[in-house]
Amino acid sequence: MNTYDTFDYDVLVIGAGGAGLRAAIEASAHGVRVGLICKSLLGKAHTVMAEGGVAAALSNVDERDNWKVHFTDTMRGGQYLNNWRMAELHAKEAPDRVRELEAWGALFDRTKDGKILQRNFGGHKYPRLAHVGDRTGLEMIRTLQDHGIHQGVSVHMEFTIISLLKSGDRVSGALGYDRERGRFNVFRAKAVVLATGGVGRAYKITSNSWEYTGDGHALAYRAGAELIDMEFLQFHPTGMVWPPSVQGILVTEGVRGEGGILLNKEGRRFMFDDIPDLYRNQTADNEEEGWRYTQGDRNARRPPELLTRDHVARCIVREIKAGRGSPHGGVFLDISWIKEKIPNAAEVIKKKLPSMYHQFKKLADIDITKEPMEVGPTTHYMMGGIRVNADTQMSTVPGLFAAGECAAGLHGANRLGGNSLSDLLVFGKRAGEHAALFAKEHGFETIDDARIKSIVDESLRPFERTGGENPFQVQYDLQDMMQDLVGIVRNEAEMQQAVTELKKLQERAQNVKVVGNREYNGGWHTALDLQNLLAVSEAIALAALQRKESRGAHFREDYPAKDDQNGKFNSVVRISADGQMEIRKDPLPEIREDLKEIIAEMK
Amino acid sequence: MATVSFTIFRGNSPDTGGFETYSTETDEGMVVLDAVHKIQAEQANDLSVRWNCKAGKCGSCSAEINGMPRLMCMTRLSDLPLDKPVLLQPMKAFPLIKDLVTNVSWNFDVKKKIKKFKPRPPDNADGTWRIAQEDVDRVQEFRKCIECFLCQDVCHVLREHRMHDEFIGPRFLVYAAALEMHPLDTEDRLPDLKNSEGIGLCNITKCCTGVCPEEIHITDNAIIPLKERVVDRFYDPLHWFLRLFKKS
Ligand SMILES: Cc1cc2nc3c(=O)[nH]c(=O)nc-3n(C[C@H](O)[C@H](O)[C@H](O)COP(=O)(O)OP(=O)(O)OC[C@H]3O[C@@H](n4cnc5c(N)ncnc54)[C@H](O)[C@@H]3O)c2cc1C
Ligand code: SF4
Ligand code: SF4
Ligand code: FES
Repeated sequence: MNTYDTFDYDVLVIGAGGAGLRAAIEASAHGVRVGLICKSLLGKAHTVMAEGGVAAALSNVDERDNWKVHFTDTMRGGQYLNNWRMAELHAKEAPDRVRELEAWGALFDRTKDGKILQRNFGGHKYPRLAHVGDRTGLEMIRTLQDHGIHQGVSVHMEFTIISLLKSGDRVSGALGYDRERGRFNVFRAKAVVLATGGVGRAYKITSNSWEYTGDGHALAYRAGAELIDMEFLQFHPTGMVWPPSVQGILVTEGVRGEGGILLNKEGRRFMFDDIPDLYRNQTADNEEEGWRYTQGDRNARRPPELLTRDHVARCIVREIKAGRGSPHGGVFLDISWIKEKIPNAAEVIKKKLPSMYHQFKKLADIDITKEPMEVGPTTHYMMGGIRVNADTQMSTVPGLFAAGECAAGLHGANRLGGNSLSDLLVFGKRAGEHAALFAKEHGFETIDDARIKSIVDESLRPFERTGGENPFQVQYDLQDMMQDLVGIVRNEAEMQQAVTELKKLQERAQNVKVVGNREYNGGWHTALDLQNLLAVSEAIALAALQRKESRGAHFREDYPAKDDQNGKFNSVVRISADGQMEIRKDPLPEIREDLKEIIAEMK
Repeated sequence: MATVSFTIFRGNSPDTGGFETYSTETDEGMVVLDAVHKIQAEQANDLSVRWNCKAGKCGSCSAEINGMPRLMCMTRLSDLPLDKPVLLQPMKAFPLIKDLVTNVSWNFDVKKKIKKFKPRPPDNADGTWRIAQEDVDRVQEFRKCIECFLCQDVCHVLREHRMHDEFIGPRFLVYAAALEMHPLDTEDRLPDLKNSEGIGLCNITKCCTGVCPEEIHITDNAIIPLKERVVDRFYDPLHWFLRLFKKS
């Protein structure tokens, strides 16, 4: 039997992105012993890649903004499937969470009178995103990291959790291996917070890094927790499309926020051709008004490029399918045109969008101050995830908490840009706090050695196989399949086929072979991650099949309309007693009366 | 497109490890990391490589490409001579883990020892501060750092002289500069910089600036101003006094 080291923490946080770091800081502030685990090095989590900003109704730029407007925008963006209580807490608490970052050393861009500057973003009525150029995520994660290392949190870097451990109904710890040597470790904990981020690696074209294999979703699912809203996967409208090796890399919405426009190959600004009714009152009806909005004219309405992401992504797909796309299968995104409007355009672009300038210059030989970019949709953000209590962030499994992208509820059917970074802060803090409170009321449990042994043996099996398949190949095939069959535009037949294909892929994944030893072995890591990707893919497919309407990020060509009669439910996925994935519909909880009134007022 | 060869260090110790050469088909626009992934997926499943974002934002994929410390995800094949194999090695300034991956944990330990941010009391009753954009701009350059540690790798004080115990290296001089020049910070880090952090060991060769993927002017904008502050404080009280005088 393998020997293993055991670590004891009152609260164990799995994931060191914005949500995990914020949770760890908060739990530690409550005086409990905190362990923080991450798959990669500290400070490299996905949060570092966030560009555009963090949404909070600070009302520094437009004093008409307040939590009620932010709440309403979030609900409208989510097509009212959101957990209204989470949307309320988020809108109310985000400003304090952002200001707190400043007290920890973050430096946001400023207004003329020295306050935190805020920028426009899709679906937000007023300029709301606090930002640092286009590297807000870096500023945020570094601030949390540099603050967190002085708060007495123990960090285990390059450490992957492969299973949660339970005692009875309650979560009692986790099991994982270190990448460096492949040694197994057991973490005993009184409470566990999952903050593992998203699932984008299930798709071929994605803005997400290798870490996004849905580990937290799968760990929680296997531990018996419910997942909700898994059909809602956000495809960001603007990813790079050329050259092939950079396909999917994100082009921030900030480009459009600063005045960038979308054009088809005929030079037509096609976004004006289709403006949804829900947003008609808020959208500019001519180019001049749209431009004024991006330049801060408070009486102008937003240009259609800044409609919600689901809609913009579908308009782009429509143009491409109709043969009006750009040479490499995207459309054009042009920011260079602002030189017609302002004298020092090139300088402004470099100042406002430095990493975009750098990224295109370096990776595609394109100078965005002079020429348009080519862009197309890319898999970006998972709205669905672990079902949590809005106030405490506890999942349906006692002692198991979740926050950030792996948790669900806040964003409903579609997330607004900037609402993720604020989500991490607001609910990371709440998860940390309530995990600490839970830990104070519970003790450690003994660990079942036989169970550890069986998980360890299972995870080492790929080394023993002599026949077996290459794990990378299975992963590629899964990514191709999900991209083709459960992508932006969906239909019954293709998704049924996906379910069948998933069964085959699951069998193949049971038979992958790994060469070499356990030290920093990419093949082995991929073999283990595959199990999570497959579970998440199955959940996406089942939920997408169940929802026979189009809403938010979920679009079905066989049911292209929204169905308010039958569509007002949350899809719930969980593991059945015999280990199968089962799915059901839960009716939406009734919105509190005063919040209903707020929504009605803001229509 | 063309077939390109890569000579990659393999092994978990500099003594027992060695080089292997792999050939692979390449596509237009490919970066070195793409080629390494292709080799890993098709020919060497257990090849160790560290990466996250593949967009130059996380600073994970640092290695030495034809002897130059660089990010593999931001180095395009078309910028390299491809008539001979591309040489890929792990960073030299840090202990090897395996293949292209090194143990960079020393950097995280160093950071912990640098005195943390200590803001002045808030300017406003609601706990906020007023800060001018130009004061933000002054330190933004340093805060762009993605902690790739390429500057640490190239600095001879660490790379050749292995003075990891005496010198915090360019990355953390940038970090200290960001804190020292932070518009709200009130902490004093100059004694540490002079003593335990070894700023005097830097002899301004500027090699660090040359490799920084974020194009931070490490030497001119961070190290030299810090050195000046240290000198002003500890070695030249008269100079310090005169400067103060000139300012007012
Ligand atoms: C390119 C890009 C730009 C974006 N821009 C914005 C923006 O401008 N505004 C906005 O609001 N949102 C933005 N988003 C979305 C936002 O960045 C993410 O949703 C958010 O950062 C997720 O944070 P998190 O804390 O939930 O997870 P992450 O930051 O992804 O962290 C996940 C952590 O979990 C760890 N982990 C995962 N699995 C395991 C395991 N099995 N064992 C141990 N550890 C594990 C990882 O190592 C990592 O530390 C952007 C996303 C992308 C991809
Ligand atoms: S300038 Fe100083 S810190 Fe930079 S490489 Fe030279 S000696 Fe090292
Ligand atoms: S200063 Fe530059 S080279 Fe050094 S770690 Fe930061 S980004 Fe990398
Ligand atoms: S992988 Fe993130 S910088 Fe290269």
